[in-house]
Parts: sequence; structure tokens; C-alpha cells
Amino acid sequence: MRLTAILTIAILSLINTSCKDNTSTALPKLGFKKVVDNEEVDHIVKDWSFLNSDSIRVTNKDLSDVVYVSDFFFRSCPTTCPKVAREMKRVYTEFESNPQVKFVSFTLDPKRDSPQKLKEYAANLQVRTDKWWFLHGDKDETYDLTGEYLQIGFEDEDAPGGFDHSGKLILTDKAGHIRSFSEGTDPDETPKLIRDINTLLKEYESKN
Amino acid sequence: MEDGVGLAKLIPPLAKSDWLKNNQDKVACIFRYGQKGEVVVNGVTYNQEMPGQKYTEVQITNIINYINNSWGNDFGVVTLKESTVALRNCK
Repeated sequence: MRLTAILTIAILSLINTSCKDNTSTALPKLGFKKVVDNEEVDHIVKDWSFLNSDSIRVTNKDLSDVVYVSDFFFRSCPTTCPKVAREMKRVYTEFESNPQVKFVSFTLDPKRDSPQKLKEYAANLQVRTDKWWFLHGDKDETYDLTGEYLQIGFEDEDAPGGFDHSGKLILTDKAGHIRSFSEGTDPDETPKLIRDINTLLKEYESKN
Repeated sequence: MEDGVGLAKLIPPLAKSDWLKNNQDKVACIFRYGQKGEVVVNGVTYNQEMPGQKYTEVQITNIINYINNSWGNDFGVVTLKESTVALRNCK
């Protein structure tokens, strides 16, 4: 009886330690899968095209050599956006010198957040706009895109600021797959997003 | 936001804010109606609109007392009566 007990404990602790080895666990591909030509295909963010804060047209294809963190916001947002901007900046600062990581903020209020205003906003946030893009585009296209990034965003006059939207930071890889996210209003979730970005970057390193 | 230092040049600090210290009469109205235009806090100019919110008199009184006395601030205490009067007279 005693031998069995010792063996069980030994085996259990072995399983325990090998399960804790998370360094080689790849990030999942998030989102609803589609069936294309009878094959299950992971969700890929659909193509988009917006104006950046210099009023130059950019598309998701311009991000195909980087991984990026994105969010949806508007400048006059009273509650979630300041917190989310703060967390996004934390991640930005962490990867400031790494050209493989970029940041993209889409405005949900193109009427009031013109590219010029977004440029001022970026200057006040003290970030480089070649690394952190602030994008302006058609309202419907933007709202549609929130779904592509698994976020929520729509006009709601009862919501503070007039727009109801989620404050998630979404991590997208070079192929347009969503790989991780964090709740932008919770500073305690930011370290995990940073770890996931590093995991994703390692994935590309090991492929070379 | 928990440490009261604001965010870059977007959001001014509340911690040890000279502006907060010297503009106690304006604070309640700002919470309700927001504020536009330039404001200089501790020598730095900020110009980002702050939206107002439909806070109640009680909430505003509590917020003011919280920011007045956190992070080393010692800017006094307001009563519900004082806030209510201030809010009635917002420009």
C-alpha cells in the first residue's frame, strides 16, 4: 500500500512539473473559424484601409511584417479610454526599440477625431506616429472592424461619451490572426499581454 | 490613474497639482460640464478636452474630497452644501 502511495505521488509530481513548462506553448489563434474549401480556417482580420494622422492612406497589408496591438477609442471618451491609453502606452514603452511591434488605435468618432486632431492627440501622448498609428476612416467600416478584432463598438446615446465600446488591447500577428488580448482598463492584465507579445516574437524567431 | 500623475501631456496630474490647489471653486463644475482649452498645471500646458459626466452632487463632493486629500495633497474638504451651491452657479 505504501509503495503505491509513494509511486502515485512520484508520478503526479512528474506530471505536475512537465505541465508547468509553458515556455514552449504557442499562443492560440482566437476567433471563430470558417470553412473554406472544406477546410477549417482560422479567423483572419479582413482587409481594411484608413487614413493615418498624416492623412496618408494605410492598410493592414502595411502591417504584414510586424505584430501589433490595437484598440478602438475616441478622444472625448470619459471613462475607459484614458485607462486603456495608459496601458497601451506601457506596452508601447516596453517595445519602443523593437521595430517588430507596432500599435494601432482606431477612432470610433471620425466626425470629431479628424487626422489632424489625432496627430495632436498622439503628440500629447508623446508617442511616435510611425510606431503607434492613429487611424481615421468611415464610421461603418470602423464599427464593422470592431467585430473583426473581436471587440464591441457602437453609438449609444445613453453611454458615457455617446459610444459604447470595449476597452480591450488585441494582439494580432503578421498573418492577421488574433493571438492574445488584455483588458485595457485593468493594469494587472498588461504584464500578461507583454509576455504574450514576447512569446509571439519568439515564435517568429524560431521559424528562421 | 491611481497614482494621480496623469498621462503624458494628455492628462494633467492631480497629485500636488498647483492648478487644483488654486482653483477649488471651479472643480465641481468641471466634473459636471467638462473643460476645454489650455490649462497650465505645475508649469506644463495641457490642451485636451475633459468631458463632463452626469455625476450627482454627492458623487462630486466625494470625488473632490478624495483628490484633495490623496497623493500628498492637502487642499481641504468641501461639504455637500458647498458643492451644490457651486454646481448651481456653473457658467
